[in-house]
Amino acid sequence: MLLVQFLLLSSLLFCIGIYGVLARKNGVMVLMSIELILNAVNINLVAFGTMTSNIAGEVFALFVIAIAAAEVGVGLAIVLLIFRNKNSVDLSSIDSMKG
Amino acid sequence: MTAFSIFAAEGPTSLIQAGGWFLEKAWIIPALPAISFVLILFFGKRMKYKGAEFGIVSIAVAFIFAICCVGQWIGQVNNADNHSEHKQEQHHAINEETAKSDSSDIELASGKDLTVLVAAEEDKGHGSVGIKPVVERFTWWENGGRTFTVGIMVDGLAVMMLFVVTAISLLVHIYSTEYVAGDRRYTHYFAFLSLFSSSMLFFVISENILQTIVGWELVGVCSFALIGHWWEEKPNSDAALKAFLTNRVGDMGLLVGMIILFWSSGSWSIIDINNAAINHEIGHSTLLIASLCLTAAVMSKSGQFILHTWLPDAMAGPTPVSALIHAATMVVAGIYMVARLYGVFFEGYDIAGSSFNILALVGSVTLVGAGLLAFVQDDIKKVLAYSTVSQLGYMVMALGVGAWTAAVFHLFTHAFFKAGLFLGAGSVSHSVHSFDMKKSMGGMRKFMPTTYKTFVVCTIALMGLPPLAGFWSKDEILVGTGGWGLFGGTGGNGTYTFALVMGIIGAALTCAYMTRVIYLTFFGEFRGDTHGHGDPHESGKRITIPLIILAVMATGAGFLNLPVGFLSGSKAGWQERFGHYVEPVATYFPPIAHGTPSWSLAIFSTVVALIGVSAAAYYFFVKVNAQSPAATELTNGPTEKNKVAKAGHTLLKQKYYLDHLYTDIIANGTKGPVADAVYWTNQKGIDEAVNQVGKQTTRAATFVYETIDQNMVDGVVNLSGRASEGLGETTRTIIQRGKVHQYAAIMFAATTILAGLLIVFV
Repeated sequence: MLLVQFLLLSSLLFCIGIYGVLARKNGVMVLMSIELILNAVNINLVAFGTMTSNIAGEVFALFVIAIAAAEVGVGLAIVLLIFRNKNSVDLSSIDSMKG
Repeated sequence: MTAFSIFAAEGPTSLIQAGGWFLEKAWIIPALPAISFVLILFFGKRMKYKGAEFGIVSIAVAFIFAICCVGQWIGQVNNADNHSEHKQEQHHAINEETAKSDSSDIELASGKDLTVLVAAEEDKGHGSVGIKPVVERFTWWENGGRTFTVGIMVDGLAVMMLFVVTAISLLVHIYSTEYVAGDRRYTHYFAFLSLFSSSMLFFVISENILQTIVGWELVGVCSFALIGHWWEEKPNSDAALKAFLTNRVGDMGLLVGMIILFWSSGSWSIIDINNAAINHEIGHSTLLIASLCLTAAVMSKSGQFILHTWLPDAMAGPTPVSALIHAATMVVAGIYMVARLYGVFFEGYDIAGSSFNILALVGSVTLVGAGLLAFVQDDIKKVLAYSTVSQLGYMVMALGVGAWTAAVFHLFTHAFFKAGLFLGAGSVSHSVHSFDMKKSMGGMRKFMPTTYKTFVVCTIALMGLPPLAGFWSKDEILVGTGGWGLFGGTGGNGTYTFALVMGIIGAALTCAYMTRVIYLTFFGEFRGDTHGHGDPHESGKRITIPLIILAVMATGAGFLNLPVGFLSGSKAGWQERFGHYVEPVATYFPPIAHGTPSWSLAIFSTVVALIGVSAAAYYFFVKVNAQSPAATELTNGPTEKNKVAKAGHTLLKQKYYLDHLYTDIIANGTKGPVADAVYWTNQKGIDEAVNQVGKQTTRAATFVYETIDQNMVDGVVNLSGRASEGLGETTRTIIQRGKVHQYAAIMFAATTILAGLLIVFV
């Protein structure tokens, strides 16, 4: 079984995603990194589902994809509004909610 | 499955398979008026006769069923008689035969869920054999190992009551179509009439005491609705409430008594309870307490002293309802309950061989006390109401002295003549639009000949003058007291001389006050005002025909139970027929003794009654009439001349001050003086204590506040407040800086740490 390879692939994707979220300043890039994280999870779910011959893994993956679509829709809308207000999507400059 | 053993204690000598379709299906009789109730409620107003047709048809069919039941029951008793004679001739042969029929019987009984057995038993001094009642039952529900059944129990007593209730109810229905014609709630009235009849019939055939309680309460609710039929007038709704609430007092006794009986006998079945009581399976003191509780129920339901006060007020309802309440449905429920559970009362009060018990005392006092009250009433219906109370006193007294058959027979005859009297009074009032004898009646015999004749016949029956119905039943009660020692009249269950004396006084009183009613209503001059409608006139056929039927019954009903030895030349089959068919001769019925009829007692009581009639007749027909034909009492009579007589008159007018006792002393007592006393106790006692506690608490609290709270607790609180403030300030400036990346980094770092902990420790 190639499970280990799948898990390695997914953890690689996850780490790239984490890196993107933490290091990129561009809001759109951060959203894309979050997509990477979610898809890393999806790979895990499908891999484990196949290994245990359980359809639930695939079903979960489908749900995650659907929810990711909704989430990215909302996220892009927020980024769009930020861009309209500040004429920039640089996250480091957005700190108006600081304590 | 429910094959039960009535004869567990004394083995039956023989069993005959019998039954009869009508007896087994007796549940149809209460079901018919119940269906009619629903039909009238839903469809009554759309029908041609506004729902009355449903009521009349259903009760008429029920009446036919009841007659069929009577016929079948008589047939079975005769059958058992023949069997018994046959048995005495060939004792041995029968014994073998019965052993066979015995076993086949049990098979049959266990094969179906009903047991219909007629048992011929050894004679118990009544010249007849025992009849096992028809019992059908099915399980209603089971809980905690106890089975609750619903069923019917039909024996002679139940059959007799089915006949009486359906007969009176049918006549009342027919009468009502004219009497309440055009009433604002005509349909409603008939609906409740149906439900009332149904409830009473249900009560009569109930197989267990749970059903008895249900029927009992249903009857109470229906009477409430019917007494308050014209509830727009305040006195009517007050009377309905009074009837209901007074009955609730006794109902508590009923519930407690029934619960005691259930827990001591372990069964709801009337037969089982009676058996347990008679076989001494229940302790004597338990039975006594249960009997006392049930006696309270009888006192309220059957209008016995001192809970009788609701009954005269119940006259606020329409007159046909009064007739129904007094003759067949409501008030006889108490008598019937005692008769049904007679084993309990017989053993509980030790009726055999004693000379005093509560039941006999209550009955005796009621019969004289209510008879006296009847003298001062001007409302014709109220006189009749007190007369009912008095007659119910006879029945309770008879049950108290062990004259079971006499009590039930009096119930039977009383139903006819009292219904006749009430309907007659209603007929008079229908024509003069009032119940006041002194103001609105007088000389009615000229205007209403039929009502007059039937009323007089029923009155003579009530007075107990031979040969009308009341004489035979009253005489039997007096014989049953066992107190008549003269000329060889003996043989009661005990020597209840007090009951005998009260019974004879009551007979004289009954005669006197009924003579007064006859004079004030039908003789003298018409004192009413018809408001220009001309003279009062006779009521229509739907009123007079029931009156005639009831008068005929009042004349003839007494011959059903001619005393033993009466007209010694006559056939034995003509004597004590009623007792023979109605009185159960089975193990669930206690072994009561039967008094020997006495000519001397019969003659003496009749003479006393005639003296009562003569005295009242002399007063009214001679002295008052001589004064003026329109007079209602002597202008300078004894009540104005004699202080003692006046005081007595006032006492009676005020109904022994019982209403004052209940409303002013008991009800207002709790509101007034008792409430004041409670208020004082509250203010001086409890409040003072509360105040002291309050003051001391305040002082203690001040100390606690100043030292502990302000210095110690607040110090801690302030300290923690400052600490968190400082911590918040630190985190705000260091962590909470609005940097999304920083938040994400912290989140991931925390996740990593937690994941690491998970791996390491789990």
